[in-house]
Amino acid sequence: MLMKKNLLILGAGTAGTMMANHLRKKMDLNQWSIKIVDQDPKHYYQPGFLFMPFGLYSDEDVVRPKRRLVGGRVEYIEAAVDRVDPDADRVLLQDGSVLDYDILIVATGTRPNPEETEGMTGSGWRKDVFEFYTYEGARALREQMAKWKGGKLVVHICEMPIKCPVAPLEFTFLADWWLGERGLRHVTEITYVTPLSGAFTKPTAAKILGHLLDEKKIHVVNDFNIARVDNEKKAIVSWDDREVPYDMLVTVPVNMGDPMVERSGFGDELNYVPTDKNTLQSKVKENIFVIGDATDAPTSKAGSVAHFEAEVLTENILRHIKGEPLKPDFDGHANCFIESGHGKGFLLDFNYDLEPVPGAFPVPGVGPFSLLGESQINHLGKLAFKWIYWHVLLKALPIPFIDHRMSYRGKKIPKELMKAKV
Amino acid sequence: MPQKTINGTTIDVNEEGFMTDHSQWNREVAAGLAAEEGITLAGEHWKVLEFIAADYGEKGVVPGMRRMNKVGGIATKDLYTLFPDGPIKKAAKIAGFPKPASCV
Ligand SMILES: Cc1cc2nc3c(=O)[nH]c(=O)nc-3n(C[C@H](O)[C@H](O)[C@H](O)COP(=O)(O)OP(=O)(O)OC[C@H]3O[C@@H](n4cnc5c(N)ncnc54)[C@H](O)[C@@H]3O)c2cc1C
Repeated sequence: MLMKKNLLILGAGTAGTMMANHLRKKMDLNQWSIKIVDQDPKHYYQPGFLFMPFGLYSDEDVVRPKRRLVGGRVEYIEAAVDRVDPDADRVLLQDGSVLDYDILIVATGTRPNPEETEGMTGSGWRKDVFEFYTYEGARALREQMAKWKGGKLVVHICEMPIKCPVAPLEFTFLADWWLGERGLRHVTEITYVTPLSGAFTKPTAAKILGHLLDEKKIHVVNDFNIARVDNEKKAIVSWDDREVPYDMLVTVPVNMGDPMVERSGFGDELNYVPTDKNTLQSKVKENIFVIGDATDAPTSKAGSVAHFEAEVLTENILRHIKGEPLKPDFDGHANCFIESGHGKGFLLDFNYDLEPVPGAFPVPGVGPFSLLGESQINHLGKLAFKWIYWHVLLKALPIPFIDHRMSYRGKKIPKELMKAKV
Repeated sequence: MPQKTINGTTIDVNEEGFMTDHSQWNREVAAGLAAEEGITLAGEHWKVLEFIAADYGEKGVVPGMRRMNKVGGIATKDLYTLFPDGPIKKAAKIAGFPKPASCV
């Protein structure tokens, strides 16, 4: 009998699950066996963490068993990865066992590391210092929000990059709306504190979103690089000795790739894997590929990005097997709905070359979604995303009208941005 | 494109005063750019500038704070003492490199 070759996927989150579901349909499973490893049996719909603190989504809305989301004919292994040994083409698990591979896909994501910031996990942790980037964090914050009587609410980002870079802004907009509904907005001072010089990473969007913060009477503190959390004073302190006092701090801790990447010896300073940003092949070795939040590709870390990447990576894995040249087809395409509160939302669509600009999406001139414009349909789009996530994205089914290549049609592109290849 | 003359060398800069042609950079230019920021360059400053230059040569981007700490072995606190208010931006400017791009 012929020995099968092994394709091994590390991480059964958004990206790993999509890859398993693409490849099991496309690869010759008489010749290849597909294995996927993850340490945590639960799959979380992370975009839902944003809605949990406001009681908009329940715990059940955001959790499913991982194993079931990975379709048939894929071997699911529940284990923690210790490290990759690229020279020997094998992966060591923390229980001491070894998995050999012919092709490896790293999809171990990124996660918040509050202990990276002095004082953050001190006496105030989950009492008046919160985060909503984990399931436990979002639940703890929900309990605290329910008890809120007013005071200083500070929404804060420690360091870029973070996954879903718009989430803290969305949290701020939703808090503004939610507090209003409860008659607590006038007794709550909301401050948005960011290490960036504007409201967002991309200039055109930063202008529009910054204006919205203004309109909603949200104070903004820019260029704030946090040195520590002072639990006694209840203030965050920057390296240049500025202080922002809080009654409740909702922070986004430093996001870092899994320590497994560091142990494997190929991560950058944030444990991201050096990756060709167009082919998604790692720069570590030609049989190692990377997808999702684990890459160092200069685009947003988002589920939508992983979806677009998965289409390109599937094609490239098949090419790699056939010994054909890889296609440099991933253009950094990201597509993000932004909740702005009061049942409205924005939509951003961008790639490596073009920052988010106004327009209509996905059908040029028609929409129904408006790019960089606030509308109710955008908000509905965000809510529909949950259904699409569980039923379309993870199953690796295509989304109608939306290609992995960003479309320049339907976008109102300011002249100075025309450097982009339109 | 604006130009200016610093300590005898003419350099091309952008609207924000960042050099656009690194080949025009030398140590006297650095000293002049530093003086504009109210900084007198000493050995500790040079250690930072040299790390930026070496890392830029390797990666093609100005290293961020965490990279300065982890790879360069330079503590954040020291960076703020050496280049007050926005150390990365200031150090990049003095080292003759582009303004560090904001992330995504
Ligand atoms: C609050 C919030 C809101 C968001 N909103 C949006 C949104 O609106 N739209 C959008 O597109 N995206 C959004 N995102 C981002 C999106 O959830 C992520 O980008 C996406 O899940 C990334 O997928 P991934 O597979 O790369 O990582 P993950 O889904 O995080 O999966 C990584 C997996 O690897 C496993 N793993 C890691 N290390 C090991 C190890 N050593 N051993 C074994 N297993 C390991 C983990 O258990 C995990 O299952 C949001 C994220 C957050 C936190």
